[in-house]
Amino acid sequence: MALLTAAKVGHQFGGLCAVADFNLELHHGDLMAVIGPNGAGKTTVFNLITGVYRATEGSICFKGTELVGKNPNQIAALHIGRTFQNIRLFRDLSVLDNVRIAHHAQINYTPLEGLLHLGRYRREEQRIIDNSRLLLAIFKLEHLAGETAKNLPYGLQRRLEIARALAISPELLLLDEPAAGMNPNEIDQLMALIQWIRQEFKLTILLIEHQMKLVMGICERIKVLDFGVTLAEGPPKMIQNHPKVLEAYLGEIPDG
Amino acid sequence: MIALMREQWDLLLENRWLVPILLVIGFGLAFAIPEYNLLSVYVQLILMYAGINIILAVSLNLVNGYMGEFSLAHAGFMAVGAYTAVLLTMKVFPVAGFPFLFPCAVFAGGLAAALLGIIVAIPSFKVRGDYLAIITLAFLMIVKSLIENIDFIGGPRGISGIMKLTTLPWVFFWTVALVWMVRNFIYSKYGRGVLSIREDEIASDLMSVNTRHVKFFAFMLSSFCAGIAGALFAHLLQFISPRIFDITKSTDILIMVYLGGIASIGGSILGATLFTVLLELLRPSTMAALLSWLPSFVFEPLNEHFISHLGVWRMVIMPLALILVMLYWPRGIMGLREFRGFIPRRDREAHHYINPQGEEPDGATDRR
Repeated sequence: MALLTAAKVGHQFGGLCAVADFNLELHHGDLMAVIGPNGAGKTTVFNLITGVYRATEGSICFKGTELVGKNPNQIAALHIGRTFQNIRLFRDLSVLDNVRIAHHAQINYTPLEGLLHLGRYRREEQRIIDNSRLLLAIFKLEHLAGETAKNLPYGLQRRLEIARALAISPELLLLDEPAAGMNPNEIDQLMALIQWIRQEFKLTILLIEHQMKLVMGICERIKVLDFGVTLAEGPPKMIQNHPKVLEAYLGEIPDG
Repeated sequence: MIALMREQWDLLLENRWLVPILLVIGFGLAFAIPEYNLLSVYVQLILMYAGINIILAVSLNLVNGYMGEFSLAHAGFMAVGAYTAVLLTMKVFPVAGFPFLFPCAVFAGGLAAALLGIIVAIPSFKVRGDYLAIITLAFLMIVKSLIENIDFIGGPRGISGIMKLTTLPWVFFWTVALVWMVRNFIYSKYGRGVLSIREDEIASDLMSVNTRHVKFFAFMLSSFCAGIAGALFAHLLQFISPRIFDITKSTDILIMVYLGGIASIGGSILGATLFTVLLELLRPSTMAALLSWLPSFVFEPLNEHFISHLGVWRMVIMPLALILVMLYWPRGIMGLREFRGFIPRRDREAHHYINPQGEEPDGATDRR
C-alpha cells in the first residue's frame, strides 16, 4: 500500500492556479525529488501536504488518513516532518529547545501536571531531553545545545532544521531545498547525510531541489512541475532527456 | 579571595535546600511582621501592594513577553476577579465567622476571570499583534461599562465598606503560589509552545505544537492570576469602582513588565517592586517629606506648584516612563534573561548561553 497518495490535488490563490491535477504516489522507503523552475508550485505542494494551505480540490491520503482539512499540527502528529526553503528556526531559543519543541505531540501529560510539575511531568521531560540530545549528537550539534539558534552559522542552522524535523519522529520527511546556499563540498556531505538518515530512521523522503548534482545523485524518481502542471515523472535518466523538461528549463528548441 | 567567595556563592545558589529555606523564612516573616509590628503599617501596606503587583506583572508577562502578544485586558480580568470575590465575601459567604472562606472567594474570583479569559483566547486563534491588542482593549471597555450599568453591584459608584481580609501572609502565599505556577507552566511543554508561537507561529504549528491549546491555556492562566490579584486588591483597598480598573491600571502593569524586561519572571518581580516603590515616592506626602531638607525658598514654590499636584502629574509621568523605557531600554532590566534559581535544574543547560550581552532581542526593533 502506498504511504502517501495525492489524487487530483489542485489549489488556487484567488484566480491564480498554483497547482493543478497533481498526482503522487509514495511508497515506504522511497526517495523522490520534485523539481521545476521557480514558481512552479513545488513549495505549494509541500504546504498542501502539511496543511498550511487547504487543497481546493482533490484528496491527499497518508496511511489511509485523509489530510485535507486537518490542521498542520494534526498532520505533524501523524509523523510527517518538514524543513523550510528559507530557514525557519525558533531564532531566539536555544538549540536544545528547538528540538524539544518538536516533540510536543509526543509528550503525554495534562496541563495540570505541567502546571504543578507533578506526575508524569518529570519522566516525560527527561525522556524528551535524552531523545533531543541523541538527535543533536547525531547531527554533531551536541556541544552547541545551549547556544541561541540564531548565532549558529548557516550550515549548522540547516542541519539543526533537519534535526528538528526528525524530532517529530517522521515516517515521511519533506525537505524543501536542503542544499540551498551550499558549496559543492557541503552538498556531498548533505547527500551522504540524507542517505544515512533515510536508512537509520527508515524514512520516506520527498525533496525539492535545484541542485541537479544532488537530485540526480541520490533520488530514485523525479517529478517535474511547471506552472503547477506535472510535466514528467520517472527515473533520473529518463528526466534528463525528456524533451518537455528541457523545454521548460532551456526554452523552446528550434526545429532543425 | 574574591574568587573563593564567588565559588562559595555559586555553590550556595546551586543548593537544593536554598529555595525551601528562603520560603520558610519568608512565611515566618510574613506572619511575624503584622503580629509584632516589626514594620510600620505603611510599609506593610506597600509590601502587600508589591506582592499584588508581582502577580499582575508575572501573569501579564506570560502573554506580552513569552507569547509576544499585546494584551491590554488585564485590568478587566482584575475587575472581574475583584467583583466576584467581593460579592462572595459580602453577600454569600459568612466570612466574619469562617475566615477560611476568604481564600475560597479569592479562588472563585480567579476562576471567574479565567472563564472570561476564554473570550480573549478564542479571537487570538485567528488574530495576532495589533489587532489582538485592539480586541483586548475592547474587552476591557466592555467589562468596565457592564459593571457601570449593573445597579446591583453599585454601578459607577462601586462598592465600599469591604472587609479588610487581605493580610501579609495571604499576599505572600498567593504571590509565591502563582509565580511558581507560571514558572512551572513556562518550563513545561505548553510553555515551550508559547515561546515557539512568539518565534514563528506557522513553524511551531508544523512542528506538531497544538497552538490553539497552548494559547487557550496561556490566556486562562494569565487571566486567572489577574483575577486573584484583583480579589486581593479589593480586600486591601476596601473599595472598588469601575474607575479603578480602567486603561490606566493596564498601563501600570505594562510599565512593570517592560521595565522589568519581557520574557523574564525575575525581571517582572523586579519591575513590579520597583514600580510600587516609585509610585509611593510620587505621593505628595512622601515626596514632601523626602524633599523637606531643601531651603524653604526652593521648597515652598516647589511644594505649591508641583508636589501638591503630584496626583495629577502621575498620569503624565508614568506613561512618559513607559515611552522612554520602550525607546531607550527595550530590554528592560532583564529582558529575555532569567535568574538561574528560577530555571528548573533540568532546563538549566538548555539556557546555558541565555544571557547574551549587549544584544537587543529581535522583537525590540520591530516594536519600535
